[in-house]
Amino acid sequence: MNMFQALWDFKTTYLSGMGMTILLSISAILIGFILGLLLVLMRRSAIAPLRWFSATYVEVFRGTPLLVQLFIIYFGLSEYGVDLPKFTSGAIAVALNSAAYLAEIFRAGIQGVNQGQVEAARSLGMTKSMTMRYIVLPQALRNVMPAIGNEFITIIKESSIVTFIGIADLMFQTEVIRNTTYASMGPLLGCALCYFIMTFTLSKMVGLMERKFKYND
Amino acid sequence: MINITNLHKSYGQLNILKGIDLEINAGEVVVVIGPSGSGKSTLLRCLNLLETPTKGEIRFEGEIINDKKHDINTTREKMGMVFQSFNLFPHMSILNNITISPIKVKKMDKKAAETIAYELLDKVGLKDKASAFPAQLSGGQKQRIAIARALAMQPHVMLFDEPTSALDPEMVGEVLEVMKSLAADGMTMVIVTHEMGFAREVGDRIIFMDGGNIVEQGTPDTFFANPQHARTRDFLSRVL
Repeated sequence: MNMFQALWDFKTTYLSGMGMTILLSISAILIGFILGLLLVLMRRSAIAPLRWFSATYVEVFRGTPLLVQLFIIYFGLSEYGVDLPKFTSGAIAVALNSAAYLAEIFRAGIQGVNQGQVEAARSLGMTKSMTMRYIVLPQALRNVMPAIGNEFITIIKESSIVTFIGIADLMFQTEVIRNTTYASMGPLLGCALCYFIMTFTLSKMVGLMERKFKYND
Repeated sequence: MINITNLHKSYGQLNILKGIDLEINAGEVVVVIGPSGSGKSTLLRCLNLLETPTKGEIRFEGEIINDKKHDINTTREKMGMVFQSFNLFPHMSILNNITISPIKVKKMDKKAAETIAYELLDKVGLKDKASAFPAQLSGGQKQRIAIARALAMQPHVMLFDEPTSALDPEMVGEVLEVMKSLAADGMTMVIVTHEMGFAREVGDRIIFMDGGNIVEQGTPDTFFANPQHARTRDFLSRVL
């Protein structure tokens, strides 16, 4: 019996792991995207404390390891009576971390929108928030779509870290297979292939979106 | 309609406007000319507070608009502005470019806004471009759409900041035609331009600026035929 036949026997194990990884990544992406937007709006706010908070948040979450953040949320908080379920902890940790990176991507996107667009919108009587919502953000998001896609791919890969708190994601299931088969290379290559299938599919989807929303100035 | 008193604008040590006094009456077409760096665009941009004056007072229909308590958005609804670089919204169709502000700012319903938009597209001769995107238009067409977009807010005055300076020569005419018909309709207009022929033909009053001051003003006939100041004569001798 060759190595790949053995892997095929574990297909349901891999699939259940992929399911968990996808579920966790989507949750983290959704939360991270919204938080990232909030952070960048705070960063551009007229209220100084909001700007400081946003800048500090980004520095702290970019500057400390995701694993430490995950452990603080799951183990650290439980010492203070905040017992979050595993999945919630994992999704929140990945989302909070990703929000910092997304906020920086959004910021670059907003800075890339021509100031003339803002002037045109304001001259038509739009308020600052209308201008941001209808004119600046749609253009900013289109401009940085490749970078956002990149971040989503990173999330799928980095989410493997939640294995450490016992969430049954793809990495976790691979460990189960390793412990069952006493083999390493085969199960790990299978695991890598599964991650690659997910990230490659996402990367192609982002490419399609980019073409769909393309326009020239 | 617009009263400007002792208007100053400076960036740090650099004084762009050095005490402008100007009155613009309803229905008047005022053309501002002058060498680059004379402050004419800055003056125009102060009128709808795209630039914040350093000192002085701007009244629009009786209200001081550069007062901190004044809500500038309500004033901007009544002041259309056309830019040198068009600044159409590239992610929206031409129709949406024109209707977004009436719908979002004036809370007009979509149908009514679109009716107005089609009338304006007809007026600027681009009715067939409603579903096109800005990238598909020529410069002259973009600028005519920009004019239609500003008109959709039914402004009381239109500000033009070098509207033909970014255009290829063969497209200047079509934009000036639209502006002429606006003037003929009685729209109050303030136009910063280098088109002297247009200024002479359409302007009710020419204003010559240099070094942050209004040097001279008058009707096109007296201004071009008989300029009073040496700086005006010098400028005209170089551009005419």
